[in-house]
Amino acid sequence: MSLLVTQDLVKWFGDTHAVDHVNFTVKQGEVLALIGSNGAGKTTLVNLISGLFRPDEGQIIFRDVDVTSQSVHGRIKAGIARSFQLVNLFDQLTALDNVALTIFSREGKIANLVGLAASDSAVWDEAHDILKAFGLEAKARMLAGGVSQGERKLLDVAVAFALRPKLLFLDEPTSGVSTREKAPIMDTVTSVVRSTGISAAIIEHDMDVVFNYSDRIVAMHQGAILADGTPDEIRRNETVTTTLIGTTETH
Amino acid sequence: MSVPAAALRPTVSSARALRIAVPIVVLLALVPFVLPPYSAILLAYGLVMAIGALGFNLLLGYTGLLSFGHSAYFGVGAYAVALAVKYLGIASMELFLVAAIVASVLITALFGVVCVRYTTIFFGILTLALSQVLWSLAFKFFWVTGGTDGLRVPTPTLFGGLVTGAGDKIAFMSHAYYFYVLIMFCLCVALMWVIVNSPFGMALQAIRDNETRAQFVGVRIWPYRWVAFVVSGVFTGLAGALWVPLNGLTTPDIMHWTFSGEIVFMTVLGGFRSFAGPIVGAVVFNYLKTYAVGYTVYWQLLLGIVLVALVLSLPTGIVGTASRVMARFQGRH
Amino acid sequence: MDVLLIHLLNSLLYASVLFLIAGGLSLIYGVMRIVNLAHGNIYAFGAYVTAWVIGTLVAGASLPVWLALLPVGAVATAGLGAVLEPTLLRPFYRRAEEYQLLCTFGLLMILEDVMRLLWGPYPLSASALFEGFGSVSVGDSIYPSYNFLVIGVGVAAAIFLWAFIYRTKFGVVLRATSQNMRMASALGVNVNRVYVQAFTLGCFMAGLGGAIIVPSQSAVLGMGVDALVLSFIVVVIGGLGSLEGALVGAIIVGFVREAGITWFAEIELAVLYLIAALVLLVRPAGLFGRP
Repeated sequence: MSLLVTQDLVKWFGDTHAVDHVNFTVKQGEVLALIGSNGAGKTTLVNLISGLFRPDEGQIIFRDVDVTSQSVHGRIKAGIARSFQLVNLFDQLTALDNVALTIFSREGKIANLVGLAASDSAVWDEAHDILKAFGLEAKARMLAGGVSQGERKLLDVAVAFALRPKLLFLDEPTSGVSTREKAPIMDTVTSVVRSTGISAAIIEHDMDVVFNYSDRIVAMHQGAILADGTPDEIRRNETVTTTLIGTTETH
Repeated sequence: MSVPAAALRPTVSSARALRIAVPIVVLLALVPFVLPPYSAILLAYGLVMAIGALGFNLLLGYTGLLSFGHSAYFGVGAYAVALAVKYLGIASMELFLVAAIVASVLITALFGVVCVRYTTIFFGILTLALSQVLWSLAFKFFWVTGGTDGLRVPTPTLFGGLVTGAGDKIAFMSHAYYFYVLIMFCLCVALMWVIVNSPFGMALQAIRDNETRAQFVGVRIWPYRWVAFVVSGVFTGLAGALWVPLNGLTTPDIMHWTFSGEIVFMTVLGGFRSFAGPIVGAVVFNYLKTYAVGYTVYWQLLLGIVLVALVLSLPTGIVGTASRVMARFQGRH
Repeated sequence: MDVLLIHLLNSLLYASVLFLIAGGLSLIYGVMRIVNLAHGNIYAFGAYVTAWVIGTLVAGASLPVWLALLPVGAVATAGLGAVLEPTLLRPFYRRAEEYQLLCTFGLLMILEDVMRLLWGPYPLSASALFEGFGSVSVGDSIYPSYNFLVIGVGVAAAIFLWAFIYRTKFGVVLRATSQNMRMASALGVNVNRVYVQAFTLGCFMAGLGGAIIVPSQSAVLGMGVDALVLSFIVVVIGGLGSLEGALVGAIIVGFVREAGITWFAEIELAVLYLIAALVLLVRPAGLFGRP
């Protein structure tokens, strides 16, 4: 069952086809990897689907509803969430606050200005649980700006996760992190995602991560989809390996 | 923004805040009985400014918007009172406050719609420009506002007429009116505490820290900024209304950019990254101004130099620096 | 007919001065991404220095001497800029924008009182130069000849700046740094030096604006903030960071203000704000600005 379908999605940046008639699908319950060299259009595709940019042409259908004209807010409500390649957190707030704030927003409680946030224990309990699931409990009361890079990447995902989305986009969740930290991060992320039945699409450059953690791989090149298949199929796909050899990072 | 590594957020729970605040309020309440009338009146001015600075800092410290035009809202509050006296003949302090709140809401709602679409530079100059417009209007429409002569405001009645200003004005100001200001101060501080510690307050800080991410966790930027703008302006307008009976008179100067500069200065002096910073800064500034103005006519120069020095070397202000010093004495948690 | 011509000339006069101030502001922003809130007071400082030199120091001298000394205000503000940038602005480039705004606001306050300290609270005039130029007849009316000088300087400044930025090597460096500071630095450009040069040039322009207008109207306290607000309207309309925008914006504001003064004197400033607000709503980046 297709959770997300894009139809002939197009985005121009000046004269360049950043996204060139892309028909991209994500199936219910799968963990998909989106690969391609820099400039292939992966992040632009995610930006289009999550609502940061409007497409120049094409449709985005999510759970059988056309969300193309919806704002970021509308797409979040529909169930699409994302993390960021360059970590985007509320640095002057604690890790716990970052997650709790997201829960308040999700629950529609964020507009309340005459009640103390601290009094809503349900929200804070859930925030603690989420941090625990991501292995960040110990850093709950630390400022998000002050924890390690790996923890920041996890927190970035945790915040997106706290929206309880149906589809979670992760933009390079292991970039900027040392090799030995990558597997634990991906283990944590995928176990949380799979145990809660969330579908995920992960942009990744590290091919070890891609082959070890995804059900399906979509390869992009110069704005278009090059190949789409299981890890084995992609491994045997010569077009993919020749196009991406030398441009994928294997640390 | 640089964040010290492994920084613990100074979590001040509401219970602890109360434990700090209550003794201070008690001390403040004792002032008219212990100190001469002039001291009480001076402190009343300080508390009024503190309310104004508190409002201003909702925008700066919590929402990340630096306004150079807050004198406009202070002036709106003051002139609302003065005009209510002139055209409606009212003398009740409660009605003064209502007039100020209504006027502030109207003006800030309008100005806010224009200003909150922009950040930092444009926001700063827009707020400055708009306050200059109001200032010039106060001059131009002199048959309404009294022009440079301003408008006088007589002593109001308090608590719905229970307490009147008949008799010795100094005694009234240093006792009855002082307590009124103190009560309003406590109410405003309590209300602002709740607001900044509410989910809405968290949303503001999220917008301040990372506008994009705030959007991507479902917080709509402009409406939240707009509400913060209005609340901020109303607090400052309220301060203006409380100020006017103390001063007896309102003139266009209080809408001039130089007064906006003072509001900015006192907040930065106290520390704009803390709740109590603006309060401490306002009270300290009020004393500084009273005693320094006698020494030099180059008040702007002094303020400017200190402001630059503060921003260069002590950006966290009095409260921030004091907390850091205290933390060092107590050892890190 | 000649009344219309005079209105036209007054608009251009105003536009010339505004172009110099707003152009300086835009240039600085375009290269360094900072807005100096004290920029208006730099303009005022230039006005005061020129008024003092021409109107007080050499008050007894002759027209050619005054004319030769006219740019002294601009030289003074250029020097001021060259000193201010490395000392007061550079520490803030890496910090949050609020601190930069606070610092330049502090500078605004300092300059305001420095002018009061140096030259007192009363207006300072250099009207002898203005009157010395005499007037020409425009149809049935007469028009001060000095105003043509101001307009001329404005036009010359626009041409010179265009040539400087698009035809010289330094201009290339300036444009490169403004488009991509890191790249320019990686290619060997001494960014610090470019910054101080750009800032100095911007301050020179503002000071020149003050210098050329002061013979026709005195230097007075508060003129700096008024100029800041007006030049803000210019860059809102024209786009912050664009010199073409500053030129077009200055012309538009010049014309609107002249029309406003003539026909809607009470609300002339409000009309300008209305236009600025409209532009902000329709095209927030301004006519020539980068979105």
